[in-house]
Amino acid sequence: MSNVPSELKYATTHEWVRNDGNGIVTVGITEHAQELLGDMVFVELPDVDDEIGTGDDVAVAESVKAASDIYAPITGTVVEINEELEDSPELVNSDAYGEGWLFKVKVADESELDSLLDAEGYTASIAE
Amino acid sequence: MSNKTTLHAKHIEAGAKMVDFHGWEMPINYGSQIEEHHAVRQKAGMFDVSHMTIVDVTGDEAQAYLRKLVNNDVAKLTVAGKALYTGMLNEEGGVIDDLIIYFFSETSYKLVVNSATREKDLAWMNKQAQNFKVTITERPEFGMIAVQGPQAKAIVATLLNDEQLAAVDGMKPFFGVQTGELFIATTGYTGEDGYEIVVPEAQAADLWQKLLDAGVAPCGLGARDTLRLEAGMNLYGLDMDETVSPLAANMAWTISWEPTDRNFIGRSVLEAQKEAGDQPKLVGLVFEAKGVLRTGLKVITPDGDGIITSGTFSPTLGHSIAMARVPRSVKFGDTIQVEMRKKLVDVQVIKPSFVRNGKKVF
Repeated sequence: MSNVPSELKYATTHEWVRNDGNGIVTVGITEHAQELLGDMVFVELPDVDDEIGTGDDVAVAESVKAASDIYAPITGTVVEINEELEDSPELVNSDAYGEGWLFKVKVADESELDSLLDAEGYTASIAE
Repeated sequence: MSNKTTLHAKHIEAGAKMVDFHGWEMPINYGSQIEEHHAVRQKAGMFDVSHMTIVDVTGDEAQAYLRKLVNNDVAKLTVAGKALYTGMLNEEGGVIDDLIIYFFSETSYKLVVNSATREKDLAWMNKQAQNFKVTITERPEFGMIAVQGPQAKAIVATLLNDEQLAAVDGMKPFFGVQTGELFIATTGYTGEDGYEIVVPEAQAADLWQKLLDAGVAPCGLGARDTLRLEAGMNLYGLDMDETVSPLAANMAWTISWEPTDRNFIGRSVLEAQKEAGDQPKLVGLVFEAKGVLRTGLKVITPDGDGIITSGTFSPTLGHSIAMARVPRSVKFGDTIQVEMRKKLVDVQVIKPSFVRNGKKVF
C-alpha cells in the first residue's frame, strides 16, 4: 500500500496539497501516482505568476511509460516552481512528498482546501 | 489463467513489480527500470526469459524443412553452434514471428521463438512439417536467463566449471554451445555483450541467485524494451506482425534471395514487392527536445503519413527515440514531423540503430 501522509490534502486526480501557511500551498503528485507512472523522465511545470484554476491541466509528468497531465488542485497564482526537476525528474519517484514537489500556489480562497480529500478519503479513492 | 516461470519466486523475493505479459506473470521492474537499463549498459544485468519458447527441430529433412519454413537460409549455417536470425512468413509474405535458429547439424536445430506467438507458431510449424521427415519438439522444461552488459561474460565465467569455460572460450557473437547441463549462447536483445543461458528448470533459481550474488542486477521487461529499442531491434507485435512484410520492417537483410530456386514460404510475394518498390520502410527517429515519442503516434512526411511502431525515452542518450514505418522515399538525414500531444514536432530520421556497446552510434 502506498504512503498517504495524513497531514496533506488530496485531489482524486492524484495531486497532493500541503498548507504552508500565509495562503501558500505546495503541490505534488502522490506516491501512488508516481508508482503508476514509473520512472519519470521529464516534468513540464507551469510558469511563475501563472493564474491557475482548479481542474486546469497545468503540468505534465512524463515517464518512460506514459505522459500524464497534472491538474491544478486549487485556484490561485503560481509563486514558485521546483527547478530541480529540470535536471532531476526522478525526485518525483524517490521523494514524491518531499524533494519531488512540483509548484507552490498563492491560493485565491483558502476555504477551497476544505473541499479536497483527506488522507482517508484519498486512500479510499485509490482502493476502488 | 496466468503462467509463471520457474524464477517467479525469485522475482517476488527481489521486490519485482509483476505484470501480465501475454499470459505470463513477468517482472516489469524491480524498482527503477532506468537504473536497470544503466546496469546493463555499464556493468551487467540479467533478464528472466524463461517464458520464451524453445523448439527442437530434428530429423533427416530438418534442413530442407527449415529452408522452406523461414526466409533466411539455414544452408548458410555450416559451423556447429552458429545461429541465424530470421522471419517466419505466411503465404502473404507477412511476419508470423521472428526467431533465432541454432545449428548443430543438418538434422538438428534449436529454435527460440516468442512466447506471445507460441500457439500460432507451433500450429504453423506443425502444419508445414506434414511433408517432411522432421520431429518438432517443444522444450518447456528449461528456464532461460539472459545476462547482458560489458561485464556479463566475465561474471558468468566465475560460475562455470573448467569444461564449460573451455566450451565458451573465444566463442564469437551469435553462437551457442551445449556444455554440461547449460546451453550458453552469445546472443541477446540489448546491443551489449553477454550470454543467453538455457538451464534445466530445477537449477534455474540457483543460477539466478549465484548471478545476483556476483553483482548482476535483475532487470525487468521495462528495461528490456528500452535496451532493445536503443539497439534498433524489432519487437514482434509492435514493429512487425502478420500484416507486415519483412521489407517494411528493416528485415530485408534476413531474406536470402539466393539460391533463386529455394522456394521459401512467402517468396513470390516478397519478389513482387521488391520489384514494385512500393513497401514502406522502418526507420529510426530522434527527438532531442522535451517529450517522448510514443507508439502509435502519427508521422507526417512530404510523401504521406507514417506511424511510430515503437517509441520511448532513451536512458543512455537522455532523449526520446523511436522506430517508425514511413514511405520508402524518406531518407536518412531527413527532418520529418510527428504529431505529439496535439502539436507537430520536428524529428530527425536515421538508420534504426541508436546505441551499441554503451555508445551512441549515430
